[in-house]
Amino acid sequence: MTNSTELLYVISGEDFASAGEASTSFKNELKKLNVSPEVIRRASIAMYEGEINMVIHAYGGTARVTVDDKDIKIVLADNGPGIEDVEKAMQAGYSTATDGIRDLGFGAGMGLPNMKKYSDEMTIETHEGEGTTVTMIVHREPEVS
Amino acid sequence: MTIREVQTILDARLLTGEDSLDKEVLSACGSDMMSDVLAFVKDQAVLLTGLCNAQVIRTAQMMDILCVVFVRGKNPTEEIIQMAAESGITVLGTDHRMFSACGMLWEGGLNGGAGYDKFH
Ligand SMILES: Nc1ncnc2c1ncn2[C@@H]1O[C@H](COP(=O)(O)OP(=O)(O)O)[C@@H](O)[C@H]1O
Ligand SMILES: [Mg+2]
Repeated sequence: MTNSTELLYVISGEDFASAGEASTSFKNELKKLNVSPEVIRRASIAMYEGEINMVIHAYGGTARVTVDDKDIKIVLADNGPGIEDVEKAMQAGYSTATDGIRDLGFGAGMGLPNMKKYSDEMTIETHEGEGTTVTMIVHREPEVS
Repeated sequence: MTIREVQTILDARLLTGEDSLDKEVLSACGSDMMSDVLAFVKDQAVLLTGLCNAQVIRTAQMMDILCVVFVRGKNPTEEIIQMAAESGITVLGTDHRMFSACGMLWEGGLNGGAGYDKFH
């Protein structure tokens, strides 16, 4: 039996200024769980980009996190418009964000590429008009290669 | 380079983080786009930006950035400064523009960190 911690965050789609609060508290929890600083940083950045996406592209959503001895698993689920073309969305620089969002410092089209880069595994399930679920796994120990 | 030297070189105002002025910084990153900043992970970094909102500090928190410099005379709100103070991030404000501020720090011996990521 391994230790496992579950965390649930509800992310509001109303207010951009508070976007990232869940990631900040997620990061503090990982510190308490003695996750190594480098892994915390990678997981936090991935979570933060995902949280921002739910705020700017969907209408908020939930983040369910499971931390066990081996992995940090982050499931970001929203009921937003869905992603029309996932392959395109994954390309560095591709963004449908408005100029208003770009003025706030996001919408450079680097969010999903960053999430992929900082997680060890990432899957996207999306249905147009229904929503998107992004699942990311970050290993607590780097794989020996 | 220490944060104190960054402050001197940029002729910057200290907005919070007096206790950390002697901390050593090793690299810097300048951008108004937070995802571009998030694509770059370096230890003990300084972030220079012309963007002035809470997401700048959240980005710095996620990346363990030691010091944020607001360029072009941007003045962050008390709330933003408070957020940085709570997470131990030093905040400076300079009237220099982004390009000049980056150049001055580079000339002072700070660089972007070794290498860069190839996306294509
Ligand atoms: N949760 C989501 N819901 C709907 N669309 C999304 C979501 N996340 C990403 N997208 C789509 O994928 C594109 C690329 O996302 P990303 O790489 O994070 O860049 P950015 O957020 O800067 O636009 C977005 O512009 C948007 O069209
Ligand atoms: Mg994004």
